[in-house]
Amino acid sequence: MHTRRKFIKIGALGLGATALTTGAANWVVGAAGKPTKSSSNEPLGWRRVPTYCEVCFWKCAGWSYVTPEGKIQKIIGNDDDPQCNGRLCPRGTGGVGMYSDPDRLKTPLMRVTKNGEQTYREASWEEALDFIAGKMKEIAAKHGPESMALFNHGSPGKYFTHLLNAFGSNNVAAPSFAQCRGPRDTGFELTFGESVSSPEVTDIRDTRCLVLIGSHIGENMHNGQVQEMSEAIDKGAVIITVDPRLSTAASKSKFWLPIKPSTDLALLLAWIHVLIDDDLYNKQYVAQYAEGFNELKEHVRDFTPEWAYGITTIKPELIRHTAREMANAAPSVIIHPGRHTTWYGDDVQRSRAIAILNGILGAWGNRGGIFFKEGIKIPDFPRPEYPKPAWSWQDTLNGRYPFAKEAITNTIIEASIPKPGMEHLIKGWIVAGTNLVVSIPLKEQLMQAMQSLDLLVVVDTMPMEITGYADVVLPECTYLERYDDLRATAHREPTIALRMPAVQPMYQTKPAWWISKQIGERLGLGAYYNYKDFKEVLEWQLKQVGSSLEEMERIGLKKYPRKTPVYIESGAAYKFKTASGKIQLKSSELQAAGFDAMPVYTPHPQPEDGFYRLIYGRAPMHTFSRTANNRNLVALMPENSVWVNPQVAELWGLRKDQHVWLKNQSGVVSNFSVKVRITERIRWDSVYIVHGFGHHHKPLTYAFGRGVNDTELISRVATDPIMGGTGMRGNFVTFVKTEPKKEAKI
Amino acid sequence: MRYAMAIDTRKCVGCSDCVVACQTENDVPLGFCRDWVKEVVDGTYPNVSIELRSERCNHCANSPCVRCCPTGASHFEDGGIVLVEHNKCIGCGACIESCPYEARYSHPDGYVDKCTFCIHRVRQGSDPACVSVCPTKCMYFGDLEDPNSKLVNVLKNRKYKSLAPEAGTKPQIFYLL
Amino acid sequence: MKEELFVSGRNIPNIDPYLNIWHWQIPSYLFLGGLAAGILFFAGVFTIMGKENKMSVTVKIAPMLTPFALILGLFLLFLDLKHKLWFWQLYTTIRLESPMGWGAWVLMIMTPISIIWSASYVTEIFPNWDWKFKFLKNIEAWLIKNRILIAWPMAIYAVILGIYTGILLSAFNARPLWNTSILGPLFLVSGMSTGAAVILLISKDHKERKVMGRIDILLIIIELFFITHLFMGYKAGSEAQINAVNLFLGGSFTAPFFAFVVLLGLIFPLILETMELRGYKIPVVVPAVLILLGGLIFRFLIVEAGQITRYLY
Repeated sequence: MHTRRKFIKIGALGLGATALTTGAANWVVGAAGKPTKSSSNEPLGWRRVPTYCEVCFWKCAGWSYVTPEGKIQKIIGNDDDPQCNGRLCPRGTGGVGMYSDPDRLKTPLMRVTKNGEQTYREASWEEALDFIAGKMKEIAAKHGPESMALFNHGSPGKYFTHLLNAFGSNNVAAPSFAQCRGPRDTGFELTFGESVSSPEVTDIRDTRCLVLIGSHIGENMHNGQVQEMSEAIDKGAVIITVDPRLSTAASKSKFWLPIKPSTDLALLLAWIHVLIDDDLYNKQYVAQYAEGFNELKEHVRDFTPEWAYGITTIKPELIRHTAREMANAAPSVIIHPGRHTTWYGDDVQRSRAIAILNGILGAWGNRGGIFFKEGIKIPDFPRPEYPKPAWSWQDTLNGRYPFAKEAITNTIIEASIPKPGMEHLIKGWIVAGTNLVVSIPLKEQLMQAMQSLDLLVVVDTMPMEITGYADVVLPECTYLERYDDLRATAHREPTIALRMPAVQPMYQTKPAWWISKQIGERLGLGAYYNYKDFKEVLEWQLKQVGSSLEEMERIGLKKYPRKTPVYIESGAAYKFKTASGKIQLKSSELQAAGFDAMPVYTPHPQPEDGFYRLIYGRAPMHTFSRTANNRNLVALMPENSVWVNPQVAELWGLRKDQHVWLKNQSGVVSNFSVKVRITERIRWDSVYIVHGFGHHHKPLTYAFGRGVNDTELISRVATDPIMGGTGMRGNFVTFVKTEPKKEAKI
Repeated sequence: MRYAMAIDTRKCVGCSDCVVACQTENDVPLGFCRDWVKEVVDGTYPNVSIELRSERCNHCANSPCVRCCPTGASHFEDGGIVLVEHNKCIGCGACIESCPYEARYSHPDGYVDKCTFCIHRVRQGSDPACVSVCPTKCMYFGDLEDPNSKLVNVLKNRKYKSLAPEAGTKPQIFYLL
Repeated sequence: MKEELFVSGRNIPNIDPYLNIWHWQIPSYLFLGGLAAGILFFAGVFTIMGKENKMSVTVKIAPMLTPFALILGLFLLFLDLKHKLWFWQLYTTIRLESPMGWGAWVLMIMTPISIIWSASYVTEIFPNWDWKFKFLKNIEAWLIKNRILIAWPMAIYAVILGIYTGILLSAFNARPLWNTSILGPLFLVSGMSTGAAVILLISKDHKERKVMGRIDILLIIIELFFITHLFMGYKAGSEAQINAVNLFLGGSFTAPFFAFVVLLGLIFPLILETMELRGYKIPVVVPAVLILLGGLIFRFLIVEAGQITRYLY
């Protein structure tokens, strides 16, 4: 196949060298920021600049401390921020490494063909932006503006969403929907009318019983969740963890249920059965706020703990006992919805079961359960109405995934591959802040799509794998070097937080708002960018909400009083956001669309002899693949390892720290080898890997070749028919002890 | 004044924030660390337990490192905090050999380095960087001789252990069990 | 299964996975110090006993090596320092509790003594040597007259130096392998034995060699006894010590220790020297060199193994 877009192994192209010398002078000149107070321990002459973290989506507000020489020494949490309470997580504290990473993208890069080989050359911003605008106009002329799509994660997304919306396209997708939280959002929406949002509205700090289904809070380092779980432990809350692996949370649980992987739905149904059968559910709550109870009772009649025992290997007494614990704690109980819920393809149904459990225990709207969030709505800076697109991503679904409320990355990828008789074709992508090559399964489809595009623009701070496929690579500056939208998280208390630059952008990097504006103006969309500088936008917005840039620069974060109750007042009437205003224990919507109205357990494929289920997760010192090059964080964890049960290790003759390659059920072999960790924490039928390593892009000079990439081993995907989530836990691996023959790798 | 620390192993999740915070606060060169997190796993699946501990110099009351230092560079300061005076240290490594906790290391600049209980912050009334950043709030720092301190309170109410007490160094970091 | 690991990726050079702060400089210095201590001890004792002329190599010639040994040892120590510019801080204070400090001061005393002792015999051994300056000749005369006065402190400090090379290690209770009081006497005896070996090597006097040979046999037997005692002590100690000694009883140090130190460094020379005393012709080079190598390797093994051992918690 003629590869129009070859992966460019940049290697040591020596790019950015000139940029280093010209751009370096810029960042020494400090940006505005108040001198440190004597109470903050820093010697005089230091500056303390407000920001909010960008390493993960929790966006903890904090302060950058800048030395008189202009170096960002450390980042500390903002004491007033309820998201972090003055304490950043290790990734936030290590955020300085994102700024000082020597491998950062430094200048715009453009794809050229030199001597028949495709490579990149440095370009000026003028050239790169002109090129992009020109291509976008071409695409719009030939296929319509709807033919431009955006894949995004994090802050930069907002500006490119605005750009595409103004251009005339709604095709904006975040991998976090179909590859991560989509199923739980859909499952909860179908039950309660709304989901648990980001950051999650779980009242962990006041709960008396926290049930984690595969959720590994503590290794998953969402700051507020970990902080609140710690508070809950102090208060004596019961934690019940369901996980085939002894996660950190499981090690702090009163009950750890070492469940057979893929059978969680059976356990959940058995719990519902016990709660109803033994009359332990929250009768008053269900009577007042829920409907479909009798159908549910009939549905779970046969889902006894004994039945579940045979499937899950969890003893019936334990199932009953833990159900009782939940009932005792109700309504201050949380069956945690989890976050990354794309497991086996029936994930919406599993999330429904979790939602139903929360519903019959009365957790939603009660202290210690799920609280109601409130936030401040920041008005949009004045702009004309967006044009109405002729079609959008829903039109590419062709009747599939009827309950997807957000765009599905995979269908947009699919819609980028031309097929005869295709109505809606996508020809151009902007990828901002997400490393698609590592986050999207179904790699062949992704590769084919990228080859068929007329334009692929990647906006990133680091030379991640996705940059090797771009036509134009635009270097974004890190969060420590720019102004950004106000953070207006909705949570227990409405807050707004300011992000302002601690230092000038390094090299030739630019903030996303500037990139978006520059492209927009070249496309004739200047009316949508009626400001010279993002500070203007912030000043205007802050004035609308009763504050000012000057105030926010001083305090960093501002709290507002709540106007709505945080819980349902005891016994008061409450209308849920469902069609009927009541909790849908039975989902007539699902039934109408031809799906199970209530969850049903279906067995999932099991590994054959010699293969082990590939389970992946997080480590608290890393965020996906984006921190694998951050020198401060790799000092904590330079690579991942494959967790192997000692019995399995003995079977295979594996020794501690031995390097092996992994081969999956379809014959895919990992690019690099991985260290073996022999541990009792993992079940004998599975292996566990922390996601985000095994980078194969050489410009990531530290991360290249370290550890193994689990995504490349995820070749079998179970797509959830309800909303398109890509279930990725149905892949099995075996060990290859000697280096495999090098096959042609992309 | 007798400074000490208590660390709650029940709450520690091993996130290693204490390590990064110490590194950015004290300019610890990458590749070295003044504190670290250890995980001890015991048992057989599924009867397994984990202990997570953030460790550092224990600022021992009967510290062998102060005793064996030939120049007096290793010495006690406020509240029993053990410090190394850089310009008295000759880099002989005796203190490194004498520490049962392997808490010291040879700094690339030549002198011996280790945790200082962030004495520069303590003198201004703050906690050490690791204690201030810990997201689970599992670390307590304070004066053992102050009956009103949170540290003394938490030691009164919980069972605790210190590391290798048989080494006889009287370590001042207590792990709440 | 018990599993222990660093969650935070600690991998400090020379500390992880095993402590290795002291490299070849330290055991070499311990060897040279023990050697010098042994020679000077014998020189002092035989002088006190009035046997200078019967044991002329011991008293007059062998000590001439000691200043070089001690200065070389000091230089090696200096090389080992990582903050070299501040080495002089060692001599600005006397810290009684620091064995490292003792070492600095004991060497401060021994080196001059060894120099003046050797200097006092220079004109006797090298008749063409001329001290040139009058005041030097006066000092020489005084020294020759008052040798006994010097011999006593020399012998005593030699013992202190010899024991100190062991106590230096045994004072580190954090290293279970070193934390035993036998190490001091053991290193002293080993040092004396290496000193005797040097004397055997350079002496051409048959009678002197016989005396030193007998002494050496006795020293080796005592050394073997001490080593047995040492191991028995570990085995009867805490878990940390049992673990430590297992390095030598089945662990990675077993082969080098028993082959080079015990067999080749102690037992074999013992047999050879006994045979020689019985009248067999054995080239004296063989046992002497074996003892010297054995002593050196012994110190290398102890210093390296000791750093590996640690408290278990």
